[in-house]
Amino acid sequence: MKISYREALREALRDALASDPRVFLMGEDVGRYGGSYAVSKGLLEAFGPERVRDTPLSELGFVGAGVGAALGGMRPIVEVMTVNFSLLAMDQIVNGAAALRHMSGGQLHVPLVIRMATGAGRQLAAQHSHSFEGWYAHVPGLRVLAPATIADARGMLEPALACPDPVILFEHVRLYNLEGELGDDPSAWRCDIRSAAMRRAGDAVTIIAYGGGLLRALEAADQLAGEGIEAEVIDLRVLRPLDTPTLLGSVRKTHRAVVVDEGWKSGSLSAEIVARLMEGAFYDLDAPVGRVCSEEVPMPYALPLEEAALPQPGKIVAAVRTLLGKT
Amino acid sequence: MSLGPVPYDKTSSQALLADMLRIRRLEEAAAEWYGAGKIRGYLHLYIGEEAVAAGAMPCFHEGDDVVATYREHGHALMRGVPMNAIMAEMFGKALGCSRGRGGSMHLFDAGRRFFGGNAIVGGGLPLAVGLALAAQLQHEARVVACFFGEGAVAEGAFHESMNLAALWKLPVLFCCENNLYAMGTALARSESQTDLCVKAESYQVPALRADGMDVVSVRETTQQALARMRAGGGPAFVEYRTYRFRAHSMFDPELYRDRKEVEAWKERGPIHTFSARLKAEGKLTEEEFLALDARAMAEVAAAVAFADAAPFEPVSELGRDVVAQEEP
Repeated sequence: MKISYREALREALRDALASDPRVFLMGEDVGRYGGSYAVSKGLLEAFGPERVRDTPLSELGFVGAGVGAALGGMRPIVEVMTVNFSLLAMDQIVNGAAALRHMSGGQLHVPLVIRMATGAGRQLAAQHSHSFEGWYAHVPGLRVLAPATIADARGMLEPALACPDPVILFEHVRLYNLEGELGDDPSAWRCDIRSAAMRRAGDAVTIIAYGGGLLRALEAADQLAGEGIEAEVIDLRVLRPLDTPTLLGSVRKTHRAVVVDEGWKSGSLSAEIVARLMEGAFYDLDAPVGRVCSEEVPMPYALPLEEAALPQPGKIVAAVRTLLGKT
Repeated sequence: MSLGPVPYDKTSSQALLADMLRIRRLEEAAAEWYGAGKIRGYLHLYIGEEAVAAGAMPCFHEGDDVVATYREHGHALMRGVPMNAIMAEMFGKALGCSRGRGGSMHLFDAGRRFFGGNAIVGGGLPLAVGLALAAQLQHEARVVACFFGEGAVAEGAFHESMNLAALWKLPVLFCCENNLYAMGTALARSESQTDLCVKAESYQVPALRADGMDVVSVRETTQQALARMRAGGGPAFVEYRTYRFRAHSMFDPELYRDRKEVEAWKERGPIHTFSARLKAEGKLTEEEFLALDARAMAEVAAAVAFADAAPFEPVSELGRDVVAQEEP
């Protein structure tokens, strides 16, 4: 069956709402409008305004209310329109949801899922396009997910809701229209939220990517294959806690790695991954680990500028060639 | 605000007095043991404000939820958190009510539905809204007590929470303890509108005002607000006008207020004024007062001994309770 990433997310929401009365969805324009990226379209009609709940423009308030509702025994799914807007709610996420279990000596836990759109590629400029996944991945107490495939878009919500801790689920804006085949049986999308996944096998280099970067990494790998370079592509899937063993296992095989991250380099998730490879596989590396990240500018509007700011397949290919001494 | 007759019998009246004494003696001991280096970090004392927690907390049922601030020793105690566990938490011990992870500012007791101990000003209000939303969605009758200081009304969290609670008719009692100073900033120096009830009413949240130095006024006003809420009336707001006799924290030299102002408020101290009224009404003798006080001091002494003797959490346990033990 052909299905889009957006529809896969929606069907996952529909399943969650149908199967657990504790689950409800709230956020700005998730109901009547159908979701700013149309993910929740039709769910209001199916589940009613109590469970598909439009909120005022109060990110701090409704994300905090999600934390409180989780404490009160519900399983809230809170949609934040973009990761840029989530900064208004960061106090409730970082000082609240992430800390409450530890701060209470293990008495409380916050089974909350926060979904948000992330990333650039739609010319939305510097207040709707950034990738702050790394900031959330920095915080103990949170679990951070980045579905990059149709199957993960369909499958990650269920284990996220089953997780007793707060989970942030990043949906990349370039992926919503992505279409692909997905079987009807739940086995087609059943997944864990612990592991990275190898999306392409290879022996010459490991390309580590996530979210919107995965497709670009795969595209680069196809180009490289044309040159006789077989790249292994690892999809992080889970940004916190990182599946370090899978990364190290691949790099021990390929001896080279390039990290693709739409976040900026400085103080980033890519920096963390490079550090872990250095800590765990230093003597297996034949070259310094490469990085392809966003340029360190607030995301510009104009198409040529935006494209220049982002990791592109060509940049990934070039980084791999450099590692292999084929410049 | 004139203090009228106490509308409770001798037993109930003395119970209120006993509770205020327990909070007062607990906090005096906390200050003392802070000085001795056994309690560290920040310690925010409630001395002077005891009538609010003592009068308001018993109005809530066991099944209700309570959200408090970093000045919450009294609220925790009134909620039934054992004094031993509170003191042990301040001492940072494993037998503390947050296993030594929280300290003075983060007292928790999930079993008593005491959701902390929030040290981000205004941070508890959205939580309270969410707890009330859960109650509403579960069709349960519980209500949420949300304590915060007047400083929080300057935060966006206050305005967003009032709006959400009113919009969705959620059972939150917003208990605003107006002690006139947000740390060192007087209300009039931080708010264009200093009438806090007007702010609440602007969100269609009914607002009441209580004399926070009078445990009777606190109790009656809280009951009045709650009666309406329990009948399905949506949120309410109560401003308790009170005063903090001690510094904001143990690091505060109190440069921002006049000693004379502090002394004038002390004249209205909730414990001695209430005791005097009870004595005048024949509901308390000096001997009974001394006995209640001695009992409070004995409870505190036992709590200090318990806390001092309790072990620290082994350092090997540092990483527990960050996330669930079981992988999802």
